[in-house]
Amino acid sequence: MAVYPTIPPKEPPLGERGAIAWVRHNLLSSPYNIAFTILGIGILYLIIPPFVKWAFLNATWTGHSKADCHPGGACWIFIRAKLDMFFFGFYPHDQLWRPKTVIATIVALVAASKFIKGFNKLKIALIVMFPIYAYILLRGGYFGLSPVETSKWGGLLLTLVIASVGIVLSFPIGIVLALGRQSKLPIIKSMSVFYIEFVRGVPLITVLFMASVVLPLFFPEGVNFNKLARALIGITLFEAAYVAENIRSGFQAIPKGQYEAADSLGLSYWQKMGLVILPQAIKVTIPNLVGTFISLFKDTSLVMIIGLFDLLAMVTVTANDRDWLGMDTEGYVFAAFIFWIFTFSMSMYSKRLEKKLDTSKGK
Amino acid sequence: MATQTQTQPERIEKKALGEPIIQLENVNKWYGDFHVLKDINLEVKKGEIVVVLGPSGSGKSTMIRCINRLEEYQEGSIKVNGIEVNNDVKNLRQVRSHVDMVFQHFNLFPHLTILENLTLAPIWVYKRPKKEALETAMYYLEKVNIADQAHKYPNQLSGGQQQRVAIARALCKNPEILLFDEPTSALDPEMIGEVLDVMVKLAEEGKTMITVTHEMGFARKVADRVIFMDAGQIVEENEPEAFFNNPESDRLKLFLQQILHH
Ligand SMILES: Nc1ncnc2c1ncn2[C@@H]1O[C@H](COP(=O)(O)OP(=O)(O)OP(=O)(O)O)[C@@H](O)[C@H]1O
Ligand SMILES: [Mg+2]
Repeated sequence: MAVYPTIPPKEPPLGERGAIAWVRHNLLSSPYNIAFTILGIGILYLIIPPFVKWAFLNATWTGHSKADCHPGGACWIFIRAKLDMFFFGFYPHDQLWRPKTVIATIVALVAASKFIKGFNKLKIALIVMFPIYAYILLRGGYFGLSPVETSKWGGLLLTLVIASVGIVLSFPIGIVLALGRQSKLPIIKSMSVFYIEFVRGVPLITVLFMASVVLPLFFPEGVNFNKLARALIGITLFEAAYVAENIRSGFQAIPKGQYEAADSLGLSYWQKMGLVILPQAIKVTIPNLVGTFISLFKDTSLVMIIGLFDLLAMVTVTANDRDWLGMDTEGYVFAAFIFWIFTFSMSMYSKRLEKKLDTSKGK
Repeated sequence: MATQTQTQPERIEKKALGEPIIQLENVNKWYGDFHVLKDINLEVKKGEIVVVLGPSGSGKSTMIRCINRLEEYQEGSIKVNGIEVNNDVKNLRQVRSHVDMVFQHFNLFPHLTILENLTLAPIWVYKRPKKEALETAMYYLEKVNIADQAHKYPNQLSGGQQQRVAIARALCKNPEILLFDEPTSALDPEMIGEVLDVMVKLAEEGKTMITVTHEMGFARKVADRVIFMDAGQIVEENEPEAFFNNPESDRLKLFLQQILHH
């Protein structure tokens, strides 16, 4: 019998490592790839230099009025002048400390949550209390705070209110719908299927119109049912159908053995779903869910059509200001940037969450 | 192989058997038009160890899955500890507190740690205090020699370790009866032994067990009775000695030839 010494690993040849290898494998691996690489570089060349010139090199950052701006460059003074309106809409100027306090609280809570381990009672209490606190502070009418009608809320504040309420409320409703769709009871099942398929077959604009025109018909004359509440109901019910479908796809990824093990241990239906199936289904569906929530976040701008002024609507409003006519481009670029910051953080967060919940590797 | 199986296997010491605890009477089951269980009659006594053999598709899994009602049956009756296994929710809950099953593919809950897998049912279903549930869990983990893995997740364990955890999980609610459905078939050969050792230990302690398995050594060592199923029927049953050495039916003779000389 022969015995051979172990061979220590060697570095791969030069062409197989580092940047050179990456370029070769990803950009130049075939004639098509080479053609697309050249095309891509060409397009970037056409777009990036003019944009950089406009947005940075020729841009004006300081000054007070439109007259201070150089032609041929972005006029960022406009954004600075209208920042409060972009962020808070028509919220009374002397009361702006209120939304600012709410935002500061969010930042503080997010930072603090790093130090509170696990999902304990304190966290649940905070999650339940926060919306009440935020509503009282923003809406006023209590504790000597002057009332601020929700029709005055606007800009990014409104966008965030709609998106977060939509996300938080559509999630449990979506779960219930998804469970309904799985149900063995024919009535519950067909009602869930009908609801989900109906809503998914209708554009959000229609749902918003219906919420703003049809919903008030269900309430007695004189009940003041404000626009924001209608929009929230519309968006929540719309989004719930999509959440339900996401979760259903999560259910399908759970092997039958998980149901059987739960049954065999004696878990009831709700225990089985709540403790075994749902946590796993939600986990596999996080990327899709976050995708859904990102599109919800962007769709909030549709509330414009029922007369609410979210961030995007505020661009239209401010660019119509007589002193700042023609500033649409700056406004839209700014709005795009803000939207991007939020959606990008959401997808980064989902990546982190996925990693954190991944139990297949060592901790 | 053939010479080995001829030698007298070492038998475990066993306590006397008790009253009948599982009773199947004329159980019939269909999947659509397919008659999968045909007039199954089976009585298992407390402390008895039954091994079920048979070719693939003969209905072995289906039969034991009817006992804890993972499957429904259409005719006949099954009783566990005198309780009718039927659609009644209260009965079902009671039956499942007396019986648990160990599966071929372990079916541990991957999002929970080993310890959480073990304490889930005791805490939520059987309302044990958390501390007591944890102590019980650690006791059984030690029993299956895996206490040091308590805080890991199932996917971080080998197949053999996962199956031992699955057995410990089943034991935590202290069921009188354990059903095993090919518990070692999904394991690499070197891990089969560690799982069988645990099962032998349980047998010695007097658990009632029905085991579907192809491990003849296990059957010879611990079984009180071996049952041969074919095409949805119980074709032959006997004590292991006689079952393997003097099979009566041609179907069993053929089956034994096939598995012993493969
Ligand atoms: N859900 C089902 N629907 C229809 N037929 C099924 C279903 N489950 C099992 N069967 C059929 O019933 C028969 C018995 O299946 P069962 O799983 O009990 O066999 P088995 O003896 O355990 O076989 P194996 O050794 O392969 O596990 C098989 O022919 C199988 O195809
Ligand atoms: Mg089987």
